[in-house]
Amino acid sequence: MSGEASSGGRRIASHPILGEPEAAREVTIYLDGAAIAAKEGEPIMSALVAAGVGVFRHTKRGSPRRMFCGIGRCTDCVMTVDGIPGVRTCVTPVREGMLVERQEGAGSWKGGEGHGRR
Amino acid sequence: MGVDSKPAVVVGAGPAGLCAAIELKRAGAPVVLMDENGKPGGQLFKQIHKFFGSREHSAGTRGFEIGRRLLADSLELGIDVRLDTEVVGIEPGLGVWAVERRSRSYTLEAGCVILATGASENGLAFPGWTLPGVMTAGCAQTLVNVHRVLPGRRVLIVGSGNVGVIVGYQLLQAGAEVAAIIEGAPALGGYGVHTAKVRRAGVPFYCGTTILRAEGEEGVERAVIAKVDRGFKPIAGTEETLEVDTICIAVGLTPALDLAYLAGCKPIFVPELGGNMPLHDGYMRSSVEGVYVVGDTAGVEEASTAMEEGRLAGIHAAYALGFLGEAAMRERTEATWGRLDSLRQGVFGQKRFAAKARILAEGKVRA
Amino acid sequence: MSSTNASLKTDGAPSIEELRAAGVLPSREQLAQRPCVCVECIEEIPCNPCETSCPQGALTVGDPITNLPVIDRDKCTACGACIPACPGLAITIKSLSGDLAKIRFPWEYLPLPEAGEEVDMVDRMGMTVCRGKVVAVSNPPRNNRTAVVAAEFPAERVDEVISIRRKHE
Repeated sequence: MSGEASSGGRRIASHPILGEPEAAREVTIYLDGAAIAAKEGEPIMSALVAAGVGVFRHTKRGSPRRMFCGIGRCTDCVMTVDGIPGVRTCVTPVREGMLVERQEGAGSWKGGEGHGRR
Repeated sequence: MGVDSKPAVVVGAGPAGLCAAIELKRAGAPVVLMDENGKPGGQLFKQIHKFFGSREHSAGTRGFEIGRRLLADSLELGIDVRLDTEVVGIEPGLGVWAVERRSRSYTLEAGCVILATGASENGLAFPGWTLPGVMTAGCAQTLVNVHRVLPGRRVLIVGSGNVGVIVGYQLLQAGAEVAAIIEGAPALGGYGVHTAKVRRAGVPFYCGTTILRAEGEEGVERAVIAKVDRGFKPIAGTEETLEVDTICIAVGLTPALDLAYLAGCKPIFVPELGGNMPLHDGYMRSSVEGVYVVGDTAGVEEASTAMEEGRLAGIHAAYALGFLGEAAMRERTEATWGRLDSLRQGVFGQKRFAAKARILAEGKVRA
Repeated sequence: MSSTNASLKTDGAPSIEELRAAGVLPSREQLAQRPCVCVECIEEIPCNPCETSCPQGALTVGDPITNLPVIDRDKCTACGACIPACPGLAITIKSLSGDLAKIRFPWEYLPLPEAGEEVDMVDRMGMTVCRGKVVAVSNPPRNNRTAVVAAEFPAERVDEVISIRRKHE
């Protein structure tokens, strides 16, 4: 993630209570075109946090945002996913080849027909 | 028995909703359990500490293990669990309007509805609170315990209730540093045994202290805290800067009431339990015929009390639908109340006990 | 700040005085006689796994379950079953032998210390008060991931010491 502030996020390898992480298939998602390794089943949010992504979007006034509630209530973490703006990344699981983009303000719909629904 | 073929619909598959559905199914009643999330369990799976209580409350068992047990029970009973299903409306006559996978909408005629929709964490507005790195304590807890990622390296926790202190401990366990836990009130809020285990790990507590602002360009780089006077006004000259990249807000929760309001449930204001919540009686019946409210929706407490409230509603709903005789209903209700009462004792429980008693006294007027 | 002027509801950890007033600190004579369970649970919370975990019936909470636990030192064999059973991680077992004190305490962090390791012993405020040595670590499945660590340290610190310092990565 060249030229970006790292959030200091990272994956937790071993854990005193949870033990070792369950083996999960690795999938690749793309943040504004850059490949990010994600684990099948996890939400977009955690893949981005693990990759040290510090900013998920900017408001229309240019103020940065990331996540706040982490359980799908507050919409702080919304991004444009496969062309659809305003997708809650904390409750949307990653998928191989998913295109994730930072949006400004409410974002805009991209592309035409054929988006996956979410 | 079983004259009404309409199912009981339970909304929310957290601890309260799961227990309600399990009681209904055990009594032989048809039940549909809906949850907007892709996985059941609500917030139980982020609870990795051993629970308090006694053996009958699964004390000493970690929260996620209780979650696994409830899921296994619901699987074994063959409960109709519908995930990725958002309930967006409750129509008069108990039509439950659901949207599945954001694409299929349908209405299910319910014999009764049990709302177990939980609560949301409160925010706290201060300059910089929208910066990346400021999040609710529950958000950090979800990240470290469910998704196994650390949101940052050095954390300030605002609020010393059990949630703030437990999340502080769990951040340490996950490998983060906790710079401090601050509390606006003159005394700490959480259980002493929780604060003690965090303190012995070297985490300082500051009472009578608030956060003035979070600073940073594209994310939190520092937090400025200060002492407050008795009127909770910051005292000039007491500012202190903490180098942190994460600020967790743990200042209480508010019942999620969207569906209760849509259903027309009469509210009552009880600040000790999180603000407004639906009025209810000892069977967890709301003011609307056939609508029950349980768990944090019915007043914010703990997972252990939420489970018992879910059972109360499940038992009564099974009776109301004709699947449980009156004697059995009364006997099970009484046993459940015994367990609930024992959780609402002591210095911490008394306030909640008194608050619940107030709700029930008002709720009885209807019943 | 040291443990002596701390207090549970403002600093997060109980002071020696608070613990003494609650009657949970064994005397040096008791500690020299036999290993003593110290249950640092001085608030009425609804919880009784210490009672149900004790094979000797030496720990009593009773009804209501918010009663503070009471230890019968004559019945206690210092088996340590209560240490990982306490959800509050509030139980230790201490003893004195000559100029050495020994503590068994619960531990839920990584890395797990190893027997023979030299460590910093900390007080309830998380301050290092002396050096010590880990003598045993046990974490059988029945502990459900609450390990029990035993460590030795100088006898004069027996009242203050509660745990060991965590190692940072």
